[in-house]
Amino acid sequence: MFKILGYTQEISVAPGETLTCKISAEENQRYFARIVRLVNGDCNPEGPGFRVDPVPSDIEGWYEGSKQSTDAGSYMVVRGLSGIEEGAPLTFMAAIWPTYIKSPLRQVILALDGGGTPLRLLIEPGGRLVLEVGDSRVQLSTPLLDRHWYRVAVTVNVTEVTLGAEMLRDFPMRKVPEEAQATLAAEASFAGSDLYLAGAPSSTRVEDHFNGKIDRPTLLAASVPVELQQPYLDRPLPPGHGSAVIAAWDFSIGMEGTVATDIGPRRQHGELRELPARAMTGFNWTGQVHDWKQRPEEYGAIHFHQDDLYDANWTTSFTWKVPEDFRSGPYAVHVKAGENSEYATNEDFIPFYVRPPREKAKRKGRPKLAFLAPTNSYIAYANDSQVLMDRGAETGMNRLLNLQHADVYLHEHPELCASLYDKHADGSGVCYSSRLRPVLNMRPRYHSWLGSHGSALYQFNGDTHIFAWLEHLQVDYDIITDEDLHEDGFELLEGYQVVVTGTHPEYHSTAMWDAMKAFLGQGGRLIYMGGNGWYWRVAFHQSLPGVIEVRRAEDGTRTWEADPGEYYQSFNGEFGGLWRRVGRPPNLIAGIGFVAQGFDMSGYFRRQPGADSPRAGFIFQDVPDEIIGDFGLIGGGAAGIELDAMNHKLGTPHHALCLATSEGHTPLTIVTKEEVLVMPVAAGGDQHDKVRADMVFFETSSGGAVFSTGSIAWAGSLSWNGYDNNVARITGNVLRRFLEPAPFEAP
Amino acid sequence: MAYKIDPEQDRVYVEEFRKNLMGHHSPGLQRVLNSLRRSKDGRQLTILMTVPFKQWVIAWLPKNRWEAIEIDDRIVFESREEAEWHVFCRRWEEATGEKIDNR
Repeated sequence: MFKILGYTQEISVAPGETLTCKISAEENQRYFARIVRLVNGDCNPEGPGFRVDPVPSDIEGWYEGSKQSTDAGSYMVVRGLSGIEEGAPLTFMAAIWPTYIKSPLRQVILALDGGGTPLRLLIEPGGRLVLEVGDSRVQLSTPLLDRHWYRVAVTVNVTEVTLGAEMLRDFPMRKVPEEAQATLAAEASFAGSDLYLAGAPSSTRVEDHFNGKIDRPTLLAASVPVELQQPYLDRPLPPGHGSAVIAAWDFSIGMEGTVATDIGPRRQHGELRELPARAMTGFNWTGQVHDWKQRPEEYGAIHFHQDDLYDANWTTSFTWKVPEDFRSGPYAVHVKAGENSEYATNEDFIPFYVRPPREKAKRKGRPKLAFLAPTNSYIAYANDSQVLMDRGAETGMNRLLNLQHADVYLHEHPELCASLYDKHADGSGVCYSSRLRPVLNMRPRYHSWLGSHGSALYQFNGDTHIFAWLEHLQVDYDIITDEDLHEDGFELLEGYQVVVTGTHPEYHSTAMWDAMKAFLGQGGRLIYMGGNGWYWRVAFHQSLPGVIEVRRAEDGTRTWEADPGEYYQSFNGEFGGLWRRVGRPPNLIAGIGFVAQGFDMSGYFRRQPGADSPRAGFIFQDVPDEIIGDFGLIGGGAAGIELDAMNHKLGTPHHALCLATSEGHTPLTIVTKEEVLVMPVAAGGDQHDKVRADMVFFETSSGGAVFSTGSIAWAGSLSWNGYDNNVARITGNVLRRFLEPAPFEAP
Repeated sequence: MAYKIDPEQDRVYVEEFRKNLMGHHSPGLQRVLNSLRRSKDGRQLTILMTVPFKQWVIAWLPKNRWEAIEIDDRIVFESREEAEWHVFCRRWEEATGEKIDNR
């Protein structure tokens, strides 16, 4: 159905830099490639129409296509393990916490391969622990249980092999150690093997991934009977227990990185591939601390998943050097292998941004306006699979789920992995999301299940409504991305007078938050064009570009929740979750914060007394209307999907003007849970007063100002009636005044 | 226990839905819709947009991710509203045994 797709290695490139394009032609067909500027990604015939403007470039032309593939699943590997002698005994042990016993697939905990006799310690479908050594096999009779800690051990002594497992906590289940033995037909040899944890190599990939936690894997050149095994799970190893160690990995070391540290004498560090989850509670977590930095020894576990993915690692198809004078903005690599039909989509638009130059000295004479592309939100929602897996989704949307070819392709290709809203196959939450893979819902033309009725745009494609509006106004602007802002900080913003956000700028790192606060503190003007902004805190990986982490901690509208003790981010050690929970509610930036969401139909705004303040006169110039935005492409109104409202207790400035408040929301527009302590009997927009968006304006003491719409659907109303409407007029009035140099004066 | 549709009591909501397929529904209709939309077997009836904003067909999401999506293109809808009404009638009949008069 989806015949061609791809991704770019970079999401934001500056003039003079190179864009790396990776394309998969699913039937090895030829395709045509070109660069286009994105103007409007909405195909809805009720709107101004889909529009991309071709841009001449030296990549334009025909290419021989080839199908590319992705190998998902995290694991640890050590190549060419040393210290295993021919004929010497061997013991492997670890604490494990399986999480997908019902999997129909084999799950390999340990593989020794490439050095002689292959060895696999695995959980077979049905849950039994199995050891395979060469052609021999031994298994335990009692299936393991999900989410229980076990010490598992394998010993090989010449031709005698022993497999054992013991539950490590005696509550609430029985604690019965079990062992099984077998005799090999011939002596096994593992010298020089590669060691894999949580997967096994095949000729082309690593497969049979284990789902669950592994803590303190240890390899010994000795045959250790079961009654003497437990001390080897201590870190550091107790005195007298180090002499036989081949390797003893301690996953609590270097939590932010991708190296699994071996504290044994040979320092045979493991390489962690495809980002298994770190900063996970270990078998010995006491519950007395929740911050892994305080007692790292209780966080010695890594949670591996069959559907972890950092980098699809496709072969580069072509590259494009961005000309030095290239205009900043939203673009896409357009690849086309034929005409589209009801059976096949034969083209893809792969978005990227051209940012302003990285060197500050080169950023002279730039536009006064910057659009902050909420790429963190796009990555957080990357390949959102709830529509495929959540059987309550239709009820929440209040209408049939609407799939497209891209969704069918994603269903057929789970190796493209999921979003920060999804659960892994084992039911644990996805806490890392990378853009180094095709992201099929970050596309122009994409019709999201979460977009309200009508155009049904959400996230990336919803933001193209803003591009189209700016194009209509013929206002020049730069684009910077969340990643750019995180890396460059306030220095990147300080040359701009106005920042316009996307419709859903939900995910911010601490560096981004600080940069925006500094911008406002030094006279910057902010137009917050959406809802549910500055909601979740994220961390960027310190060495791997393009991946963010979220911990769904404590509170908030969550589709999964972090397990107890796992609220601190592994990438940087910060407490994760809602910004509201760390003393930085969104109201401090935008004057409003998230209060409600609903995905069926939108409401509209009603003018409030603040609109009549002389301070707001410029905003309502030529807008005498009482009702604002009772039209639009997103749910039929300007107030919809996710809504923000004022709250002085959470930091809304006391001089902020409430210009308009929304109403007319459906019963399925529900107040968010952090706004209520006890589940209300009437939480819907027809009965709960908190279900509303507040449109606000306030000046800052440094001559700047903030205008916030409080609604994701707002931008979907801009183009109504050929951009001649009160939503476009209000937003245009604000933009024009914000671009004027005259400072604002706070009352 | 979740509400079970009573055709005698709930028949009134069929007309309400026919007149307003999306958006504000009365509490009674919403309860009926929530009941009809509940997956009975882990599968999910959806629509697949085969031509943007012009053409839709039925697609069944399977219970398990490793199973294929079943596409049923014997009926082609020319609007989302047409699909909503068709699926409502189909589900109503499954839940109550009653065919809705579509004239």
